Amino acid sequence: MTKMIGMTGNEAVAEAMRQINPDVVAAYPITPQTEIVQIYSSFVSNGQVDTEMVTVESEHSAMSATVGASSAGARAMTATSANGLALMWEIVYICASMRLPVVMPVVNRALSGPINIHNDHSDTMGARDSGWIQIFSENAQEAYDNTVMATRISENKNVLLPTMVMMDGFIISHAMEAMTTLPDDVVKKFVGNYKPENPLLDIANPVTIGPLDLFDWYFEHKRQQAQVMIDAKSTILKVSREFGKISGRNYGLFEEYMLDDAEIAIIVIGSTAGTAKKVIKDLRANGIKAGMLKIRVFRPFPATEIVKAIKGAKAIAVMDKSDSYDAVGGPVYKDVRSAMYGKRGGKIVNYIYGLGGRDVTEQNIHSVFEDLKTIADTGKVANQVTYLGVRE
Amino acid sequence: MATLRELAKKELALSPGHRACAGCGFPTIIKQVALASDAPLVVGCATGCMEVTTTVYPYTAWKTPFIHNAFENSAATVSGVEAAYTALKRRGKIAKDQKINFVAFGGDGGTYDIGFQSLSGAMERGHDMVYVCYDNQAYMNTGIQRSSATPKGANTTTTPVGAVVKTGKRQSKKDLTEVMVAHGIPYVAQASPFFWNDLNSKAKKAFDVEGPAFLCVIQPCVLGWKYDASDSMKLAKLAVDTCFWPLYEVENGVYKITYMPKEKLPVTEFLKAQGRFQHLFRPENAELLKEIQADIDYKWNRLLKLSGE
Repeated sequence: MTKMIGMTGNEAVAEAMRQINPDVVAAYPITPQTEIVQIYSSFVSNGQVDTEMVTVESEHSAMSATVGASSAGARAMTATSANGLALMWEIVYICASMRLPVVMPVVNRALSGPINIHNDHSDTMGARDSGWIQIFSENAQEAYDNTVMATRISENKNVLLPTMVMMDGFIISHAMEAMTTLPDDVVKKFVGNYKPENPLLDIANPVTIGPLDLFDWYFEHKRQQAQVMIDAKSTILKVSREFGKISGRNYGLFEEYMLDDAEIAIIVIGSTAGTAKKVIKDLRANGIKAGMLKIRVFRPFPATEIVKAIKGAKAIAVMDKSDSYDAVGGPVYKDVRSAMYGKRGGKIVNYIYGLGGRDVTEQNIHSVFEDLKTIADTGKVANQVTYLGVRE
Repeated sequence: MATLRELAKKELALSPGHRACAGCGFPTIIKQVALASDAPLVVGCATGCMEVTTTVYPYTAWKTPFIHNAFENSAATVSGVEAAYTALKRRGKIAKDQKINFVAFGGDGGTYDIGFQSLSGAMERGHDMVYVCYDNQAYMNTGIQRSSATPKGANTTTTPVGAVVKTGKRQSKKDLTEVMVAHGIPYVAQASPFFWNDLNSKAKKAFDVEGPAFLCVIQPCVLGWKYDASDSMKLAKLAVDTCFWPLYEVENGVYKITYMPKEKLPVTEFLKAQGRFQHLFRPENAELLKEIQADIDYKWNRLLKLSGE
């Protein structure tokens, strides 16, 4: 049966990968993802998996070889962080447009420059329009669960899109947590046997993959790609429900925390949700109706669902652990604000925080709720976008 | 070595009707390489002339499984395909006796330059695959810009012969074949499509060795080299007879010249047949012309020594 153990986020993801036992893993080490590659290499060396491991010379080749392996008909995975993801960039888009069900854990790290190894979301937020499904994790447990679920989601015939599974670098990847893993046979049965469509290695039925696609067909193919992302939500929920049955852990597109009657609410992604929950508990103890919405599935973006969930809040703060540098605000803020347009009133503000691993404290979150309370009481917004916890 | 009669009976990997220029050298190279494979072939290809002229959706000229990923990652992509084959065979999803050969093609841009790292990595990792560079000595697909494979003195659109700079490209060509020899892989060879039997034999060796193999094949380009479309094979021969492009192989570290020109022709015979070198015959470039000949003599003598000739 299930067992409670101590694991870091990296160990948890590597463990999920061991249980999935993909045909091919092609990966390149980068802080803070490195341990995933190291641990997986030891699984190969010790015969705990029979994966063909391709120890490539760069992340560009990691994604290229993964695309090659997946096109060939293999269940293929890789993993990366920050600059590694940036180096893959071109092939990240190609992977999605080829409709390859690749799963890639990404350990979130600030994107250079200046170079920094600590956590923020600037790496994967940049890839938000690449056509990948993006699922964020609050802790090691979620990183493990999401990795297992991602395989099923990506390989679903109605989806066939790659999935990034994110966790916060160091905060989650390197911190030991008590968590639960599933038995090997349960995971094996859950992910099932991968049956590729039109694989390259079906030599009796030769296919041409990656042809030149000009103005007479490119748009139709991109339209189809857009549609599967729209439709993917239902598969994600279906897989999450099935995962709930084997694990007892139930996931939606996002998590609502004391949101039902919340008058002021924050929207967060990743490990910050843990800190926010503690603050909200304290505020509730003082009679303040605070709540939180934690986004799990960022792509496809659950726009209508989020608007419905935050229905009662008079003032909402969106927390962005990356900036867009577009003189408007962070990416999550803009998506939420756009989702609200024409659907509901209320005030919405943006906090950009934690860049380059700057610690986010309870005090920081408290200050956000204080601002929200003022906005809710007065109906006035002093600052649309606030840089939180920075010397100015 | 296969006879022409035997080869003519085999099915071609590339069907007619592709959109390569009249006289283009690479379709011949593809066919000659593919004909050497005794097992089913899976082809990978870098972005470039070969890809854009053979796979215009919804059409394909390929009768074999074919994958194009991007410009700089043909080797890494095929290394992933080969890894998948190994894994699926191990897991019984591909029959144990199902042999498949893997070949990655790239032009000189996708091989010498932007795809250099990808190639080096794949060769070092030891994948059982063949990499074939069709070397037309410039970025021809984007309109004749210089590459590190462009020979000294060539007039390209980024090394144009002008009023002040009258030489064309100033630098020598990178010797990629030697760079690949330095990787210590089992088989490296240089070939030319005029010498079909030589290329066919080399491709066969490349497929048959266990581990990675690299072939660098010179490819005359009508537009980039500027000559009459009917002269492609003539130029493919002249490149060899002038020792501009010696035919040799390095098998497990042992050098062998596979074609010894009866009479080593002066390089001017090769240069004067092409528009891209016409400026070299102006008086102001007389010294440069001597330099080009001296470079070729030096490299040829070095090759003779390495081959024990």
